[in-house]
Amino acid sequence: MTAANTGQTVAGEIEGRPRRYLLDREGLLGPLLLLPAVVYLLALVGFPLVMAILYSFTDITTGNPVLHFVGLDTFRDVLRDTVFRRSLRNTVVLTIVSQLLVVVLSTVLAFALRVDFRGKWFARFLILLPWTTPIAIGTIAWLWMLDSLFSPIDWVLGQVGLIQQGGHMYWLGKRDLAMASVIAVQAWRMLPLATVILLAGMSSIPQEIKEAAEIDGASFWRRLFHIELPLLLPITGVAVLFGLVFTFTDMTVVYVLTGGGPQNSTQVLASWAFYKGINGGSLGQGAAIAVFMFPVLAGFAALILRLANRAEVS
Amino acid sequence: MARTAGRQLGSRTAVYTVVGLFGLFASFPFLWAIVTMFKADPDLYTAGSNPFLYNKPPTLEHIRLLFQQTPYLTFVRNTVMIGVLVVLITLAFSLPAAYALARLTGHWGGRLGIAIFLVYLVPPTLLFIPLSRMVASMRLQDSIWSLVLVYPTFTIPLSTWLLSGFFKSIPRDIEEQAQVDGYSRLQAVTRTVLPLIVPGILTVVVFAFTLSMHEFIYALAFVASSDHMTISVGVPTNLVRGDVFFWQSLMASAVIVAVPVALAYNFFLDRFVQGFTMGAVKG
Amino acid sequence: MAVVETRVLRKTFGDNAAVDGIDLRTEEGEYLVLLGPSGCGKTTLLRMIAGLERPTDGEVLIGDRVVNDLPPRARRIAMVFQSYALYPHKTVRANIAFPLVARGVDKDEQDKKIRWAAALLGIEHLLGQRPRQLSGGERQRVALARALVREPQVFLLDEPLSNLDAKLRALAREELKEFQRRVGTTTIYVTHDQVEAMGLGDRIAVLEKGRVQQIGTPWDIYHHPANTFVATFVGSPPMNLFERDQSLVGFRPEHLLPEEVVAEGDGRVPFKLHVERVEYLGSDRYVYGTIPELSSDKRVISRLPFTVTNPVDEDAVARFAVAESNLRFFDQQSGERIEPQPLKGLGA
Repeated sequence: MTAANTGQTVAGEIEGRPRRYLLDREGLLGPLLLLPAVVYLLALVGFPLVMAILYSFTDITTGNPVLHFVGLDTFRDVLRDTVFRRSLRNTVVLTIVSQLLVVVLSTVLAFALRVDFRGKWFARFLILLPWTTPIAIGTIAWLWMLDSLFSPIDWVLGQVGLIQQGGHMYWLGKRDLAMASVIAVQAWRMLPLATVILLAGMSSIPQEIKEAAEIDGASFWRRLFHIELPLLLPITGVAVLFGLVFTFTDMTVVYVLTGGGPQNSTQVLASWAFYKGINGGSLGQGAAIAVFMFPVLAGFAALILRLANRAEVS
Repeated sequence: MARTAGRQLGSRTAVYTVVGLFGLFASFPFLWAIVTMFKADPDLYTAGSNPFLYNKPPTLEHIRLLFQQTPYLTFVRNTVMIGVLVVLITLAFSLPAAYALARLTGHWGGRLGIAIFLVYLVPPTLLFIPLSRMVASMRLQDSIWSLVLVYPTFTIPLSTWLLSGFFKSIPRDIEEQAQVDGYSRLQAVTRTVLPLIVPGILTVVVFAFTLSMHEFIYALAFVASSDHMTISVGVPTNLVRGDVFFWQSLMASAVIVAVPVALAYNFFLDRFVQGFTMGAVKG
Repeated sequence: MAVVETRVLRKTFGDNAAVDGIDLRTEEGEYLVLLGPSGCGKTTLLRMIAGLERPTDGEVLIGDRVVNDLPPRARRIAMVFQSYALYPHKTVRANIAFPLVARGVDKDEQDKKIRWAAALLGIEHLLGQRPRQLSGGERQRVALARALVREPQVFLLDEPLSNLDAKLRALAREELKEFQRRVGTTTIYVTHDQVEAMGLGDRIAVLEKGRVQQIGTPWDIYHHPANTFVATFVGSPPMNLFERDQSLVGFRPEHLLPEEVVAEGDGRVPFKLHVERVEYLGSDRYVYGTIPELSSDKRVISRLPFTVTNPVDEDAVARFAVAESNLRFFDQQSGERIEPQPLKGLGA
């Protein structure tokens, strides 16, 4: 029995000529589609990365842009610089302290945000503000807020009596306070991202596990520490590592808030590399300073990979 | 019964307190900026007066100053132009790559996907020195084109990861059915899969645009004249006249930028998370 | 209408051979079912015929023409997926029109064909709706209409009934058979459900571990299984199998009956059945027990239709028997079917 007599048949003859179907070959199409992105990234990330490492073994400057290899001389010059040693120390302290704050605070905040309440959308909007604003812009707002003469924080502290009325804290003028301010701003801007990642992780814990724990008689705190937090560890790890990477390699906050001051006391590796390399023109030195970030970064990357493999999403 | 109600009430107030405190902490710099931008000079620059009240009447003068007497609008124009171009370039590179990672690669695809994502973590502060030389040798220094060229280095990895997640969320069946029904693979994808991930593509557009808008380091390193600056660099460095920060205008510029972006982010955040986690699922 | 043939078809994923050398040839217009447990390779085989997977080795022929290098759209086939793969953003009409649009068929032709296909499947009233508004059965019919409208030479169906609930499945099965009979196109149908296979197939190819274990009519498969796999996979409850004198003896539960019911002239082989449990299921009774002379611990199942009213008591020994012609013999090592062996030492 044949199909309806509706005139022309749709499918027609089988076409031969395999040439026309080259693009249908999966083995070929995949690499072809990936090629542009991979080539671009190799050219504009891979290549400069190699160049950065190369530069650090030369004495290249913007005035004399020749690749003249000097072995470890540039590194020696850099290491002798007290500002460099200071910036290395600052980078480590800044990263660890600010991210520690972020981990604790974001966990508290994420747990609080699980509950549905009125105006949650608005609360979320506010809490995300530090992350959704360009870093430089957010830092400028802090700059004004911490102004040595007109800081509203000073005023409030004066009103409350913690400092004398009309007194000034010089948040950005005193060495330790300046460092603390930088740490505060870094923690402030990384908090939203960590919270969002944690919230996503929390919602991925199957409801049944929590209910089973409840039936088993576990109290709220026991459930928290023995069930939920351990299950959250992989994703917390990813969030922490992200925060560590972005804080460790950032120069914007320091540049805009303190300019590295007072007297280069708040320089970090990234900002010092910028001052030396771009403002100062010593490209080789700038590269050498930046290269110090590399081993730590590679370590972080390896950790992220390890965690990503373990936190394989089901 | 009363006990649980009491506990409920207790935990509710705890939640409100925590969220309220964090909300305040997060937004305080902006709240302060909003108050400041309407303050008249004599009011603002009087030490000792209550900074939270308008002791002299609020004024729009500084906002007018911002738009009429500073390069702010130029910054905005540059930022938007760069943003749009970068988004287009990103989509052009990421869409095919993401599709390939989601559908066409097996074993090595997962590794490559993660490798591409890790590129996102390579910091600009490491690359900017050699990149500045590359930009100079291409005669692109001090132009927005240097940024258009370089910004995709961080938008492409993230977008590829996100888009591959969105592709994976569409069952393979539909593409295969379209191929059996008479379309080539490319046609099958554009006709059946792409329409279904439009929300995902929009999410990527928003995030790529905002990433490019936020960028500071390359913009600072490659662009020197205010004609070609973006908001991110122009506001902190070029909205000063002489040594004087015109704070009210400065704060106004910050607020004007922050709010629409925050709104867009909030809208697309859930999809972002969804695509992000889907990116990790085996294809 | 065309014949589908595979020659020494093989597909390996890494070290694993999903399809391990399959030779198959359909008859024109037949309904061939590929039956097997999950992982047996049936879906991979179907996808290679469709062109969605490239074979590692061997050839696929449609209409006596090697199609290995042709993508799906050039093979004049139609396929229905387990999920029906209806385009969610298109109306039913647009879904059915999709293959026609691909071919550049003009608007009037399209309309004619759509109406014809929709009428054949009784879905004219659904043309304006979207997939999410349809029930499972309706979606199947839309998927079939879309497949039909191409007037393909082969229909490929990949477990299309497994997403329907049990009640609907029987009805949908009937509709499918009717549909194929009317349209007369060669159809290859994949399923793991042996009831479906028996009900639908003109012939069944039983697959396991990437190889065809047996291909034949439902009758052949059921009554003359080629090896122990086919014997135990097809038929529910499965065939009883015992080791005996260097070979395997098997008989189906419905052939193990009370002694009086089995006619003596058929070469009646008696068994003493130690009854453990009797299940009453309405139309059948299932008797569970052991036959110590065959095996001390292996469970035996007997299926008594309601027409057999002999009382059977639990925890008692009952005299059962199997007609000799219903015994099947298999090689102990390979599981392959062998000639009937004389059974020694079994008696009242």
